Amino acid sequence: MAALDRVKVLVLGDSGVGKSSLVHLLCQNQVLGNPSWTVGCSVDVRIHDYKEGTPEEKTYYIELWDVGGSVGSATSVKSTRAVFYNSLNGIILVHDLTNKKSSQNLYRWSLEALNRDVAPTGVLVTNGDYDREQFADNQIPLLVIGTKLDQIPETKRNEVLTRTAFLAEDFNAEEINL
Amino acid sequence: MSFLIDSSIMVTSQVLFFGFGWLFFMRKLFKDYEVRQYVVQVIFSVTFAFSCTMFELIIFEILGVLNSSSRYFHWKLNLCVILLILVFMVPFYIGYFVVSNIRLLHRQKLLFACVLWLTFMYFFWKLGDPFPILSPKHGILSIEQLISRVGVIGVTLMALLSGFGAVNCPYTYMSYFLRNVTDADILALERRLLQTMDMIVSKKKSLDCAGLLDLSLIQQEVDALEELSRQLFLETADLHATKERIEYSKTFQGKYFNFMGYFFSIYCVWKIFMATINIVFDRVGKTDPVTRGIEITVNYLGIQFDVRL
Repeated sequence: MAALDRVKVLVLGDSGVGKSSLVHLLCQNQVLGNPSWTVGCSVDVRIHDYKEGTPEEKTYYIELWDVGGSVGSATSVKSTRAVFYNSLNGIILVHDLTNKKSSQNLYRWSLEALNRDVAPTGVLVTNGDYDREQFADNQIPLLVIGTKLDQIPETKRNEVLTRTAFLAEDFNAEEINL
Repeated sequence: MSFLIDSSIMVTSQVLFFGFGWLFFMRKLFKDYEVRQYVVQVIFSVTFAFSCTMFELIIFEILGVLNSSSRYFHWKLNLCVILLILVFMVPFYIGYFVVSNIRLLHRQKLLFACVLWLTFMYFFWKLGDPFPILSPKHGILSIEQLISRVGVIGVTLMALLSGFGAVNCPYTYMSYFLRNVTDADILALERRLLQTMDMIVSKKKSLDCAGLLDLSLIQQEVDALEELSRQLFLETADLHATKERIEYSKTFQGKYFNFMGYFFSIYCVWKIFMATINIVFDRVGKTDPVTRGIEITVNYLGIQFDVRL
């Protein structure tokens, strides 16, 4: 089984947006009954048949690394988190549709994951401002997921969805709202 | 006429303090979070504004600014409002928000919030029993009753906070307590953490093609490894924090705080010693060194200043 290629995907977002529930749903196909705070990083795997049905079909193991914590953590926690950010194949950015700050913090999350210094016990080098130019040559694909859509009343859904569409466009990413 | 001028000065300063409290809440306290209930922000700013106004009134009293009668009026007004906020509004809202978070009691939030507030009032009133507050001059539902209780709680909280600060500050800033952490230590621990994560991944992959018997065994191993990874993460974060503290202690600010740590440790030990002696020998404490130092300095500079105020 280890002979299959590994694909490492990072799941990032603020505390309490639903990353662990999302990962559990994707990998175990059932809803997480008792969500608790993620300390450090929790990993789960999912088998995926790439290009199913075609002659080039290949089975991959997708590893979903769910990193806990908030974007305003102490520098020591950020440096420790940086250990999980190497050799990425993709990033899933999760935000809460009922909480505007979590969408704004996604910019800082993406900067943290993509802009890290190469030094091993690295000092993170960011200037804090989001600049689309920095992501122009970014090879790692991004996916933006908005959670808790059911908690928004029907009348407000349209404006929330337009706002998230702008967000996904900024990252040059696909988006899913659930 | 002067009353109007004085009132406008007070109101202006109150509005300024309110704005400052609002900004502080927004920029510092809730920098990374979203404010869902603006009531909280309003109450915080109002409490802050009135507390600062009380302090301002005391300063005015010492310096003799403003008309005496308008000062008295504002002082009473301030006191009433602050007591109203502290004893009625803040406990009620704390109870209300606590109840909103518990799913069982969601239906009758208001009722349970009132129940919580009444419990708080009962214990609050009970607090005054051991103290000789009740006197025949004042009735039972007077301001004096409330103020004395609030005062007791306030002074106790401040004593607890300064005690905590006195112990925590030297421990945080003195280099005596710092372990020696090298980059190699951190690298080794990070490597262990990544290895543990890789082991978790490979075990989860083997979960898919394992027989029914092995399933629970592998699940147990995965749980143990996940617990290990959490511990390793926390240890690595701790090492990073220690390394930062070591670097901070080498700066000028760090050295200054280190020196202050030693100074205050010795001062605290001396204070405890003196307090014990005072209690044992039943002496009335005289002015402490800081007040005595200010007294000497001020007399040297020739300013008329009543230090004991």
